[in-house]
Amino acid sequence: MGLRTFPGGVHPHDEKHYSKDSAIEELPLPKKVVIPISQHIGAPSQPIVKKGDEVKTGQIISEANGFVSIPMHASITGKVTKIGKFYHPNGSMAQAIEITGNGEDDWIELSEEKEIDSLTADEIKSRIAEAGICGMGGAGFPTHVKLSPPKDKFIDTVILNGVECEPYLTADYRLMLERSKDIIQGLKLLMKTVSAKQGIIGIEANKPDAIEIFEKLLKNENNLKAIPLKLKYPQGAEKQLIYATTKRSVPNKGGLPMDVNVVVQNVGTTIAVLEAVKYRKPLIDRIITVSGRIVKNPKNIKARIGTYFSDLLEFAGGTTEEIGKVISGGPMMGFAISTLETPMAKTSSGLLLFDQKLAQKEAERICLRCGRCVDICPMNLVPSLIAHNVKHEDWEMAEKYGVMDCMKCGSCAYVCPSHIKLIQWIDIGKIKVSAQKK
Amino acid sequence: MKDVFAVSAPPHLKQKISVESVMWQVVLALMPALLMGIFFFGFQSLLLTLYSVLAAVLTEAIIQKFRKVPITIKDGSAVVTGILVAFNINVASPWWLPVAGSVFAIAIGKQVFGGLGFNIFNPALLGRAFLVASWPTLTTAGWTRTTPLWNSFKSSINGLQNLPNNVPEVITSATPLSVVKALRDTTQISRDMAETVMNNVASFPTIREIFWGNIGGVIGEVSALALLIGAAYLAWKHIIEWRIPVSYIGTVFVLIYIFGGINGLFSASLLLPVFHIFSGGLILGAFFMATDMVTSPVTKKGRLIFGIGCGILTVVIRLVGGYPEGVSYSILLMNIAVPLIDKYTVPKIFGEVKA
Ligand code: SF4
Ligand code: SF4
Repeated sequence: MGLRTFPGGVHPHDEKHYSKDSAIEELPLPKKVVIPISQHIGAPSQPIVKKGDEVKTGQIISEANGFVSIPMHASITGKVTKIGKFYHPNGSMAQAIEITGNGEDDWIELSEEKEIDSLTADEIKSRIAEAGICGMGGAGFPTHVKLSPPKDKFIDTVILNGVECEPYLTADYRLMLERSKDIIQGLKLLMKTVSAKQGIIGIEANKPDAIEIFEKLLKNENNLKAIPLKLKYPQGAEKQLIYATTKRSVPNKGGLPMDVNVVVQNVGTTIAVLEAVKYRKPLIDRIITVSGRIVKNPKNIKARIGTYFSDLLEFAGGTTEEIGKVISGGPMMGFAISTLETPMAKTSSGLLLFDQKLAQKEAERICLRCGRCVDICPMNLVPSLIAHNVKHEDWEMAEKYGVMDCMKCGSCAYVCPSHIKLIQWIDIGKIKVSAQKK
Repeated sequence: MKDVFAVSAPPHLKQKISVESVMWQVVLALMPALLMGIFFFGFQSLLLTLYSVLAAVLTEAIIQKFRKVPITIKDGSAVVTGILVAFNINVASPWWLPVAGSVFAIAIGKQVFGGLGFNIFNPALLGRAFLVASWPTLTTAGWTRTTPLWNSFKSSINGLQNLPNNVPEVITSATPLSVVKALRDTTQISRDMAETVMNNVASFPTIREIFWGNIGGVIGEVSALALLIGAAYLAWKHIIEWRIPVSYIGTVFVLIYIFGGINGLFSASLLLPVFHIFSGGLILGAFFMATDMVTSPVTKKGRLIFGIGCGILTVVIRLVGGYPEGVSYSILLMNIAVPLIDKYTVPKIFGEVKA
């Protein structure tokens, strides 16, 4: 077990067998899409269409609002039928643009660029920004921002995140199998953009075939390598991945990967970047895993952004049992949502359906002080005492035990015998502590 | 009408673990020691343990009923307390002794504080301390009966037979640990003689016997091996963690090696600390009581400090205090310090930068 990894972490069953062997299939054009104006971290975009407008596939419908923001594009051809509040895949209600399709898939003009090698870093970044790309692993940080470190920072390493440590999800895995060459080309492009000297693809050990493919393809590249990583959650968390692959520790209190001269991109994002730069294709589709024990035909589906989860589930054959819980994203960090009439976003890596039994909630008990959460916290925090101090409104101690450094990976709640809703308490703590700072 | 599904905070997967499973696994881990207790001391050990458990569970149920809070006897924590109280009792005790200990442990040690999770002291240890204070002769007289076991212990110690007549008086009616204690304190024989005897007591054959479980003591302390099997199981299941037991036992080892000899610093043989580790309640205490989740620190560094503190106190009590044994008081004393320890051992956050 000499594989690289990070300290702490947990070992949930990976549950990937449901969907890992089904090749990516493209969903037929949905009749309707709902595109939230905020699918990323940063300022929400600003709609530039109004009800009744005709839009083409790929047409910009909502503009980036400032540098840390991204534009949104129509993902089908048709008519804007409503701008208003819709369900958002993070479980809330949020402003979105509804487009009703006319059955055609009439694209804006894409330009195939033969000579992407001659593009400058700034040209590449502006194409990425125009395409509306954000981190597709889940966090949704605008990609062009990540690629623009301030003058005093330099980047020497680009790490591609092929870990996909969330159980059930296999979208990135399928991409790595089916589009490995594009991923490598995208990696080179990213490295060029930030003038990095080395490129690393981190892949968890439960995907030996993906590791093998990349090791073979990268055999003759001396500054690129695939690094197999130990199977452990959250191996794909940014700081943990950086530590595992380079032994560098991103500073806490808001430190960023660029502080240790690294940029991390998810493999799906990398393909979006490649397509944006090569064809000027905006980010209007992605791969999403639809899975769960009760899903009839678990699948990895290439679907347009804004497609309703109900359409995706139908494509996967529906469920064999009554649904207990619907999760948008992975089971550890994803959101439970109340209705399938929710659209997928750029960050939607999965749609999971749980049966009634898996959905059952255990009542919160008193903390046993068993320390299990402390032992596994990958950030080396004291989750039990954060929760305790939040309950007792001692914000200072909550901060001391690390509430602001928690990445909400959920490992602590996963191992807690008392079923304490640690993430919920930590969320409250984060809000209160940052409010106090203002 | 659209389906509306229940929502909840992430994570949506949960390890299969609960308060119940933790507690019942501790019960399971105590079973080898109980079996050894029955094997060496007879059926009476089982009866005393059952009385003790019954008393603990009933007390918990009655008080919870009285406090109008949910009755949680199914979680197994009262069962654990009951067993541990019985484990601290001499098999020759009357039946009401463990019962009194368990009632006290649950009522005063646990429910007064608000129940599981709120208690400051390990309830079983508090129960034991109560028994020692209330019925000192019954509880500290140790292994008073001259049984075949004790006789075999005596004859297993080379040279005890050839000692002057007054020596056996010093060491009869005692556990091996009190023999050693008495030897340190006695003025009836010369220091050199005492050292010879001590080296004979703390010799490999005795340690071997103690390890297997052939020598007197209380029910649960009879076999170090049986306790270690249970502890290994708990460690494997991540229910106890290495820091407390290792730092506790390590501290005892080092300090006894330095200070344990009769003729000054470092005069002890290396076997003396080993003997101390396997005698008396140290194994039981270090693996099953000091590790009590509720009453030990949650931070990793805190657990080390806690273990070292228990070790220092144990050695101080064993070497200079009034009792041959010091495990339970050490742990109880350290229990008090837990909130403070947790407060001053905030771990270094991953990637921590100085502010
Ligand atoms: S405290 Fe935060 S970082 Fe630590 S395990 Fe819990 S969710 Fe993960
Ligand atoms: S795992 Fe749960 S019960 Fe154990 S210390 Fe953490 S919060 Fe408390």
